[in-house]
Amino acid sequence: MAIVRANVLICAGSACVSSRAYEFKDALIEALKEAGIREEVNVVDTGCVGTCDLGPVAIVYPDGVFYVRLKPEDAKTIVNEHLLKGRVVNRLLYQEPMTKEVFPSLSEIDFVAKQRRIVLRNMGIINPESIEEYIAREGYQALATALTMTPEEVIDTVKRSGLRGRGGAGFPTGLKWELTRKASGSPKYVICNGDEGDPGAFMDRSILEGDPHSVIEGMMIAGYAVGASKGFFYVRAEYPLAIKRLEMALEQARSYGLIGENILGTGFSFDIELRRGSGAFVCGEETALIASIEGRRGEPRPRPPYPANRGLWDKPTVINNVETLANIAPIILNGAEWFSSIGTEKSKGTKVFALAGKVNNTGLIEVPFGTTLREIIFEVGGGIPGGKKFKAAQTGGPSGGCIPAEYLDLPLDYESLKQIGAIVGSGGLIIMDEDTCMVDVARFFLEFTQSESCGKCPPCRVGTRKMLDILERIINGEGEEGDIERLIELGNEIKQDSLCGLGQTAPNPVLSTIRFFRDEYEAHIKEKRCPAKSCRALIAYHVIPDKCKGCGICARICPVGAAQGKPREVHFIDKDLCIKCGDCFAKCPFGAIEKIDIFSQKS
Amino acid sequence: MKSLEDLKRIREQAQAQIRLRTQESNTKIIVGMGTCGIAAGARETLMAILDELAKRNIQDVVVTQTGCVGLCEYEPLVNVIKPGQPKITYMKVTPEKARQIIASHIVNDQVVNEWVLSTEEGA
Repeated sequence: MAIVRANVLICAGSACVSSRAYEFKDALIEALKEAGIREEVNVVDTGCVGTCDLGPVAIVYPDGVFYVRLKPEDAKTIVNEHLLKGRVVNRLLYQEPMTKEVFPSLSEIDFVAKQRRIVLRNMGIINPESIEEYIAREGYQALATALTMTPEEVIDTVKRSGLRGRGGAGFPTGLKWELTRKASGSPKYVICNGDEGDPGAFMDRSILEGDPHSVIEGMMIAGYAVGASKGFFYVRAEYPLAIKRLEMALEQARSYGLIGENILGTGFSFDIELRRGSGAFVCGEETALIASIEGRRGEPRPRPPYPANRGLWDKPTVINNVETLANIAPIILNGAEWFSSIGTEKSKGTKVFALAGKVNNTGLIEVPFGTTLREIIFEVGGGIPGGKKFKAAQTGGPSGGCIPAEYLDLPLDYESLKQIGAIVGSGGLIIMDEDTCMVDVARFFLEFTQSESCGKCPPCRVGTRKMLDILERIINGEGEEGDIERLIELGNEIKQDSLCGLGQTAPNPVLSTIRFFRDEYEAHIKEKRCPAKSCRALIAYHVIPDKCKGCGICARICPVGAAQGKPREVHFIDKDLCIKCGDCFAKCPFGAIEKIDIFSQKS
Repeated sequence: MKSLEDLKRIREQAQAQIRLRTQESNTKIIVGMGTCGIAAGARETLMAILDELAKRNIQDVVVTQTGCVGLCEYEPLVNVIKPGQPKITYMKVTPEKARQIIASHIVNDQVVNEWVLSTEEGA
């Protein structure tokens, strides 16, 4: 038998898979066979490494060399050069976006070095489809440990750790467990909320795809603590890979006797079922989610009573988010003190953020609470592309708000974000640069919540529609005096009167952008001008005669024939034909096309 | 799986499977695997090293490769780096020599002087 001397771990998260990671894997296996070293090198799938825009990515162990943007044809080079001759393939290494420095190993690059990985501890190390590899990394040891403690001791440990819900609201997890344990009624249930729906957030999907056992183990510990013997995963059907890996993991755990009767001979029994959500955003709200599992229409109901007292089939139920449950095993293994030493005074541990938008390293990151936005964007995230200026970051998706540049050095946690009108939320973090129109951002999120409103209560159903109408008018240059005040008034009413979290938070992006970027709203309304030059109804494209060389590129790419001109003569754009797609602006090699305000003097 | 002991047993078995990815590298063995090294039999040397380490159940040693360093006539070259010690480069390392180097240098901390090509401080 040949000895395995190297492991190639290929990221098999959704992003890498969709950029053809499996084709690279097949090519790699083929190349290894050709070189006659197939048996010396293990090729293994692993969970999301986090560098999603660099995918497909692979890590070669034992050296830990990190290769990015792999194409099937690169497989041969890696085999012949690296695996056969020991020469690292420089052109496939990661390059730091700001300094252009090249780093061979994953652990050296800022994106990883500046992170603290607790929830994502197994990403890039184990194969999510192998329970044995999870067990090798202390997997199910926390469950075994918890089963030797009393349920009260488990709850006490989680309480003292300071862990708070990672789904958005930040409710103390240990307290939630305690309330469910003390509630009268039987049987009791545990639900894992995997109905991640915020635009741009994908941490729960990645955790389920990359380390499903860590969530299962967390759920079982929760079950033991609250006195439940049945758990439900509620995962949206749009996450096929997460569902597949979770089903596989449940099957493996069952066959090992880690799920079922008399687990590890302790007398504790627990079973888990998986339910698919059909993608209604409102089903992420716990009472709507419960209704959906029961087979009813996914609509929220007023609280209290809370699910801890009246949950699934009116029985005491604890609902935890995916990321929350993935924190449980490390807390049990390393202790409450270890966990509470990480983070800030009231926000303990780490948070996974989905970094998106105008930032060089988009992807999944995990940092301790208290990390500043500046560190996230400019160290982990590698800065803003094209040397553009940072304008704001949107946290918490459609329920959250924006953080303007003046708060770049604010330590991020539940409290500090709330103070400035934003929220940690599920962890979506969208970075915006100077080219982003904040009114349009607010419109985008409100459009989302408006269409996802379940319609049960009028403040949300009608109110968000009215707000959206006003925003659309403003963006189209039809804003009126008093619109801003109307938006604020409506927003506050909707927040107060809506039935569930969806409506109660839907106005946040609008209120928050008004708070920090009121001047942009005013420019749209009073001057019919979009300061970021992004709103199509308020801008026009124009050729700067002095810069135009008459190369004709704009005329060739214009989809509607609006860009016109004779070769080597100054071109022009027919404003009646122009649909403002911006292609000519982006492609002009001489920077001769500019965006101008329609309603300014210049035309 | 019926008990804690079962879990522990499975964990120990499975750890071997992922050791390459998680080991804290203290001692490094680097085999020259340029075209020259391979022509001189470096692949057999490499496999012998891995085999010997496995036989002796030595786990905290990382074995990697490097390219040609320009000393082709001395290939196969094998570097051994132990923490806090100079880098030792052995020359013309056959599989048999490799096994002895592991027994003597890795296990017993005795450099096999007669095969040493160079000693490099602070590497």
